[in-house]
Amino acid sequence: MLRRIRVFTLIFLLLLAGCGRGDDNGDGEAIDAEGQPFRIAIVMPSSTTDIAWSQSMFDSLVAVQTEMGGEDALKIAYSEGMFRVTDASAAIRDYASEGFDLVIAHGAQYGNSVFEVAADFTETSFAWGTSSDTGADRGIENVFAYGAVANEGGYVNGVVAAMLSQNDVIGVIGPVAGDAKLYIDGFVRGVTEVKPDAQVNISYTGSFSDTTLAAEAAHVHIQAGADVLTGSAQQVVGAIGVANENGVAWLGTQSDQISLGPDVVVTNQIYNWANVVADMISKIEKGELGGTAYRLTFANDGLRLEFNENIEIADEVKEAARTAIEDIKSGAVDPVLLEEDE
Amino acid sequence: MIDELFTISTLIGILHSCVRLATPYLFASLGETFGQRSGVLNLGVDGIMLMGAFFAFYAVFEGHNLWVGVLVAIAVGILMGLLKAFVSVTMQSLQGISGIGLYLFGLGLSSLLFKTLIGSVEGVSGFRQLAIPLLSDIPGLGHILFNHNALVYLAYIMVPVSWFVINRTTLGLKIRAVGHNPEAADTLGVSVNGVRYTTLMIGGALAAVAGASLSIGLQNVFQENMTNGLGFIAVALVYFGSWRTVGVLGGSLLFSLVNALQLWVQALDIPVPSEVAVMMPYIMTIVVLAFTARQIQKPAALARSYERGE
Repeated sequence: MLRRIRVFTLIFLLLLAGCGRGDDNGDGEAIDAEGQPFRIAIVMPSSTTDIAWSQSMFDSLVAVQTEMGGEDALKIAYSEGMFRVTDASAAIRDYASEGFDLVIAHGAQYGNSVFEVAADFTETSFAWGTSSDTGADRGIENVFAYGAVANEGGYVNGVVAAMLSQNDVIGVIGPVAGDAKLYIDGFVRGVTEVKPDAQVNISYTGSFSDTTLAAEAAHVHIQAGADVLTGSAQQVVGAIGVANENGVAWLGTQSDQISLGPDVVVTNQIYNWANVVADMISKIEKGELGGTAYRLTFANDGLRLEFNENIEIADEVKEAARTAIEDIKSGAVDPVLLEEDE
Repeated sequence: MIDELFTISTLIGILHSCVRLATPYLFASLGETFGQRSGVLNLGVDGIMLMGAFFAFYAVFEGHNLWVGVLVAIAVGILMGLLKAFVSVTMQSLQGISGIGLYLFGLGLSSLLFKTLIGSVEGVSGFRQLAIPLLSDIPGLGHILFNHNALVYLAYIMVPVSWFVINRTTLGLKIRAVGHNPEAADTLGVSVNGVRYTTLMIGGALAAVAGASLSIGLQNVFQENMTNGLGFIAVALVYFGSWRTVGVLGGSLLFSLVNALQLWVQALDIPVPSEVAVMMPYIMTIVVLAFTARQIQKPAALARSYERGE
């Protein structure tokens, strides 16, 4: 009897846990076969409200949905918090088998899973980012790749940081060394362009989601003299909280982070995937299921730099940022890290 | 470059970071110590922390006083502790697995509530730095120990309080007795289940305050899964500290010290690869665990359900 009760209790707890997860909004289930809306499913490593990587794509999908005329035209299903690749892989396969038109694997770590599932579901289109690999060299034709040229906005934020800094000490909080390198390299290049002698202190937390360590890293940078901070990935919410508390300027990337630090967030480099998604939809509708690698840049309007309108920013800073963007667009500036900058 | 690490201001900075970083670990691992000393392993600490973090944040977000936020977290923590006690003590489910269930429950429910009630990442004004008059003026030491927010002080106050409860009170004697030999305690008239319910509620309350210390003390935001597994490290720190409050304090400080050190090493551009730097706290934990494992006297009845004989 007692054993039965134990088993029952365990099932009850697991059910409770299942109820709470909410990582799949199941929008896709209510689709009307008659209307045949376009159906997109997305699997992402963090939350749709991470004010960073995942939110940038989710917001773009919602923008495309609105543009197309709402849920009747475009259905979006999502699985968030898929930081375990095995879970993500199962979700990608599930969505493909449910007949979604486009399954987006929104994380560089999902590459193997995408190609594996794409080979089994050749009639379904997949998209994978950050990547430039569509799998063409291994004979796969139904995968799009996408990525952001994050060093462009990194460069502009670097220019802004150098102009804002009084101490000439700037702190950078990265997640994992390899992934954030592009943005940080561009950032350092931008700083050195304006102030070659400024000190850029870089620290990595070793995690995308360790907000506690990111917050402490912000404290450390401030104590080490930094008066402007930047950083990437969803971990930065902890750091922005600290910047806010200490009145230290923050330069954001990936999504709009002003809500978290209305008085300290000066700029945001925003990833706008809407054009990329819209183009994928149009290609899929014409029967082209993959093969294109997209890159977000200032030139194609995939990257935008937005200033916080609620705080006073010197005109010369805004002007310098605009000039930097124009220089990048025209090719006058190549925002890559030079050896002497390192 | 390496010289910069040994300047007075940097050393003070490292120790200041260390004291602050240890806060959530201290609350959570002291709470877990209560449960484990009474023989219940609770792997759901991280889930309780997330619930505490969310409810404290939500109360403050809705305009309530910061201490109301802490009290709400404590109430939620007690409820989570009760749930764990019901499953592990009354229903006698396997403690490890039910703890994982509790963790997933806390992770899922806090995310769901966050999505439903708040919707986007927002900031609040949390506990401000509170320099203790006179003491904070002591050169060096003043900044390291007496220039933090109220929850940091509370975490350190909980160390002697927990020690006193476990080692110098009747309740503490019952907790230790139930953890070592529940049958004997039962024959002496101690309610084994009653004691375990109590320790799990205390543990739940402290774990929830650990979460609150993140969301309205150290970061002043709530984000889904913001503890990032910190609760599991807190459970490890109880083993690390050999189930003693002072050991738990030492473990929390050592882990936080190495974490603070690695952040400073990177910020000062000392040529250590960042991958190695972020591994340092974990390497240190494994080394210390390896050396202390033999001397550990764990509660004999840990992770064992108690069923009264006929």
